This record gives sequence, C-alpha cells and structure tokens, in this order.
Amino acid sequence: MASDIVPIRPPGTSLGRIQGMVLRHVYLLRSSWPRVVELIYWPTLEMVIWGFMSQFMRNQGGYMGQAFGVLLGAVLLWDVFFRGQLGILVSFLEEYWARNLGHLFVSPLRPAEWVGSLIVMSIIRVLVGTLPAALLAIPFFGYSIFDMGLPLILFFILLTLLGWAIGLMIIAVVMVNGLGAESLAWLAVFLLSPISAVYYPVSVLPVWLQYVAWGLPTSHVFEGMRTLVLSGRVDWAEARTAFLLDLVYIALGALAFLTAFRAARREGKLLGLGE
Amino acid sequence: MASTRCWSHASALVVLWFAWHTQEMLPDPVIAVDDLTKRFGAVTAVDKVSFSVPKGATVGLLGGNGAGKTTTLSMLLGLLTPTSGRITIFGHDLADHRYNVLPRMNFSSPYVDLPHRLTVRQNLEVYARLYSVPNRARQIAMLTQDLQIDTLLDRRYGKLSAGQKTRVSLAKSLINDPELLLLDEPTASLDPDTGDWVRSYLEAYQQRCGATILLASHNMGEVERLCDEVVMMRAGRIVDRGTPSGLLDRYGHDDLEAVFLTIARATAEE
Repeated sequence: MASDIVPIRPPGTSLGRIQGMVLRHVYLLRSSWPRVVELIYWPTLEMVIWGFMSQFMRNQGGYMGQAFGVLLGAVLLWDVFFRGQLGILVSFLEEYWARNLGHLFVSPLRPAEWVGSLIVMSIIRVLVGTLPAALLAIPFFGYSIFDMGLPLILFFILLTLLGWAIGLMIIAVVMVNGLGAESLAWLAVFLLSPISAVYYPVSVLPVWLQYVAWGLPTSHVFEGMRTLVLSGRVDWAEARTAFLLDLVYIALGALAFLTAFRAARREGKLLGLGE
Repeated sequence: MASTRCWSHASALVVLWFAWHTQEMLPDPVIAVDDLTKRFGAVTAVDKVSFSVPKGATVGLLGGNGAGKTTTLSMLLGLLTPTSGRITIFGHDLADHRYNVLPRMNFSSPYVDLPHRLTVRQNLEVYARLYSVPNRARQIAMLTQDLQIDTLLDRRYGKLSAGQKTRVSLAKSLINDPELLLLDEPTASLDPDTGDWVRSYLEAYQQRCGATILLASHNMGEVERLCDEVVMMRAGRIVDRGTPSGLLDRYGHDDLEAVFLTIARATAEE
C-alpha cells in the first residue's frame, strides 16, 4: 500500500514544462509564415502612417511641430501594450482552435506553468512585432524610439504588465463563455484606447472620464512618455503610480483566470470530448 | 438448538475473518470511485457511481450515447470536477493530489486533437517535456518504431489519415510509459483492420508493462476482447457489471451487444 502511494517518478521541473509549452508555440510560428507576417504587419503599417502624419505636422510648426516624436512614440508604445495583450491571448486561443486543451490539462502541466509559457510567448510576440517597426522608423523618418534611453524599458515593462493582466481577464471570459466570446476578445482592448491618453493628454477628456483614465496605468505611462519627449524629464511619480496600478490589475487578472479555470473544470468547458 | 446457533455464529465469524484477511492481501485498486455524481444544472450526467479497477486489469465502461462514460472518464482525468463523491487513484485522493498522479497516467481520445501544424516529432517532443520524460529522443524513436509511425515523424499531424492520427495519439498517450491508461473510444472511426491493430497493440502493451487500462467504449466487440471486467452504464448509472463471460452466462446471450440491448431495454421499460 505504502509503495503505491509514493510517486515512483519525480514530477519534473516547472521550467521544463514551461519550455515545452514555449517550444510548442515557437514550432507553430516557425511552421506558419502568415502568422509571423501578421505579427509584423500592423505595427509597421501604423508606424508608416503616423510617421508621415508626424512629418506633416512638423512642417506646420506649433505644439506638434515641436514634439515630432510624441505621435510615433505613442504609436509604438501602444503597440507594445496591444501586442503584449494579444500575445498572451492568441497563444491561448491557438490551444482552443487546435482542440488541444484536453491533452494539456491531463498532463502534469499546472495552470501557473501554462500562464508562465503564455507570458514568455507574449514577450517573444511583442519583440517580433514591434522591433522591426521601431528599427524601420530610424531610416524612414529619422526617428529612434531608443533615444528615450532607459525609461523606454520602464514604459515597456509597465505596458506589458497591463497587457498580460487584460489578456488574463479576456482569457477568463473566453474560458467561461467559449469561442462565442472570441470576437469580444479581439475588440475589448480598443475600449481602453480612447481613455488611455495615447495621442492626447488626459486633460482633453471630460472631467468625469478623467477619473476613469487616471485609474489606468496606460494613461500614466503615456503622460510620462510625453513629459520625457517634450521636456527630457522622467516623471517618476507617474511611473510609480502606473506600477502600483499594474499590480492591482495583475492581481485582478490572476483572480479572474483562476476563477474561470475552476468554473471551466466544474462545467466541463475544458473538454472537447464528445458527450 | 442453542449449540446449532452457536456453531452458526462461529462459522459466520470464521467467514468474516477470512474475508477480512483476503481483503488485506488483495492489492489496492489503482482506481477507486465512490458515490461519484456529476450534475450540470438540472441534468444528472453521472449518478452515484462506484467501482474500482485492480492493478493490471482492463476494465471497460460500456454504454450508449449519453450513458455518462465520457463524463466519468473526464472526472477521473481531473478535467471535470465532480459534484460529489470521491476518486482515489494510486491511493491518492484526486481532488487534493492531482499532480501526484498525473505523471503516472495518460489519456487518448479521438475527440481531443493534437496541434495540426506541428509535425509528429514536434508534438511528441512537446508532450515528452510536459511529462518530464528522460532521454526524450530515444523514447520518441522507440515508441514511433514500435507503433510503426517512424516514417511519419517529420510529417505534419494535420496531414495524416485517421488511422495514422490514432497511432500518433496512442504514441502521445504512451510517451511517459503510463501505469494507468485511460482511453475514450480508442478505435472510433477506424477501419476494422486499423481497429484490430490498435487493440492488439494495447493488449501487448498491457502484457509487457502490467499497465492498468480503463476504456470507455460503445464497441461491444472491443470491450469483449480487451476487458477483464465490464461496467455497464445507462443514463448516468451503473446498471450491471461483471466479467464478459459472466455477463454472457447470466443473460444467456452469445455476445455482449445482445446483453447490452437486454439491459438497456429492461431499464427503459422500468
């Protein structure tokens, strides 16, 4: 009896299982060039459109003329947030589309390890998607987002953290409601765009909406980015507030994910098993 | 009269003592299911089901569509949380120690796919990592040779025929040399030749490794051939159980299909 109860083989390391899941998505990307093109296409296209727009505005003089990098910086950083969220979400949806979840969750893969692999894939997708656009902006428009220096890494981290939190919340919605909620998953992030102060300051918004905007880390990041580009000063207070808000959203995202995962197990939503 | 009663009590005690000691000597079941119930709203998919699977045995869950066999299997895999009841696997309560038992078991079903764009080798590599298999390349080479799919290793899973996919799915389910194998209709939608090949392979694997197998099926011939014991289910309940030959004798039929129809119709009339 006792020998039966003791596991006869070690459960293996979490790192090995996370590597396995990352490998699964890397194999998928390697086998499908349309997926890679799709990653690069939109950030590059947006960079080109907003690059010409910025050049036009620079020639007009005034506020925008003085702040040539504000629009292009905003476009590229918004894509970091958008791609961060999409990176975690698409890797999750790939399992749904492949009807593979049943195999994954009867393996020793734990939900936290799965989320770990989704986060690694999100970083890979963000870098593959936005780096080419950022690099192309240098010869095309003479604009380098890397001129922001170390604060750029800070903005990257703050936006990606929120992207993961929103990604986890949307995964929770899809897990409970099934693929019927997939279109909602694609659109949800755009709800945040008007109140994230991406292209204009929070002060432009109606007062009541400003309260909502200040509750989002994105608003603090983009206000911080504008301060940096226009005055060359890093606004640490904005960065600190964004980070604290990120922690709240990450906690909410993790809670939503775990609640949805339990509900999915209770209601049989992880299955593609017939009956 | 009193002495007769005394003898009767004594013999009952001997029987009890013997039964208790026999129980002690029997190996613990690999799977023990006790009063398992699953409700989806007002619908009871599995209703107070209890059974056990001894080590090294092949037990079949037999029933028509909606009998509750896949739901039972899903609860045994931890994919579905029971409404009530208890599942013990390898002596561990599944509700609390799921991750202690999962490395020792595996699962195959035609209703759960593997990623289509990945090659057979890539799929097996990923699952070998998830199950922390040592010497992954060697294990994949041995397994694919054994299952006669070594020539398919660099082909995409989605490009394979149904029979080839079943063999790959079987390779995935054996990647960790499981002591417990749960199979959901392992030969569904296969032609008779491939179905027979899969059944022969499962028999050979069980004999070689002493694995315990629980399979859900509504293929009576398959159950009759592979299983040491059959658990008959209908509308979420166990309606009968026994060895295939025992059930045939009890109902006076030549094949399990006739037994199943008798049970199903009798239950329906009730």
